[in-house]
Amino acid sequence: MNLDKEQYQQMLQQKSPNSPLWKDCLKAFLIGGLICMVGQGVSSFYKARGLSVADSAAATSITMVFIGALLTCLHLYEKIAKHAGAGTIVPITGFANAIVSPAMEFKSEGLVLGLGAKLFAIAGPVLVYGISASVIYGLILVIMQGA
Amino acid sequence: MNWMDYFNAFWVGGLICAICQIVIDKTKLTPARILVTLVVLGVILQGFGLYQPVVDYAGAGATVPLLGFGYSLAKGVAKAVAEQGLLGAFTGGVTGAAGGIAAAIVFGCLFALLSKPKSKS
Repeated sequence: MNLDKEQYQQMLQQKSPNSPLWKDCLKAFLIGGLICMVGQGVSSFYKARGLSVADSAAATSITMVFIGALLTCLHLYEKIAKHAGAGTIVPITGFANAIVSPAMEFKSEGLVLGLGAKLFAIAGPVLVYGISASVIYGLILVIMQGA
Repeated sequence: MNWMDYFNAFWVGGLICAICQIVIDKTKLTPARILVTLVVLGVILQGFGLYQPVVDYAGAGATVPLLGFGYSLAKGVAKAVAEQGLLGAFTGGVTGAAGGIAAAIVFGCLFALLSKPKSKS
């Protein structure tokens, strides 16, 4: 079969259509919403045990990170992520996934420069910019207090 | 048990994810950039006092998405600055998000150690 480049591109487009936006969004909405609902359940559990609002929020984050890391370790998170896109990236379980999966992948390169360093491949930038933003916000508050 | 809490967590959390999905599809931003943007955006939104109402309404629907991580950083800073002034600007953020950060590092390390490489099949 002789095809010029343009025809080939057209065929490629037909054979591999991008999944429609609304479908991606619906999946992200459902899975992301479901993960948040699990978080709500965890948070209610801690509140029922007598933790304050702030403490139960912290305990919920810790629990959700645990779940995300566990599912990643069992190679289950990637299976959900294949369908859910942002629905699995955006919740804090996705942050846990972003920490564990490069660490898993590079474990063979050693515990320090493999696992230890790659643990921060995505967490590093998140912490750098998150903490920097919080300090800048703090400094603005200090200046406003002084004024 | 209040079912409205679960419903609100579901639709607000889902909506945040769906909006991010549109951004990913339209801009081809990598997940790392999305996560960084969300955390910084969380700090900024809470800095203007805009995120607290969302948290009050949606609970985990607002705190579980990574915007909530920025929210706890900003909330921690505001509390620490009120108590300690300048020192608080440096200690407050990490204190506010300490649980999540420590859990991410420890569980990340633990589960990476326990993991088995994926079979090629």
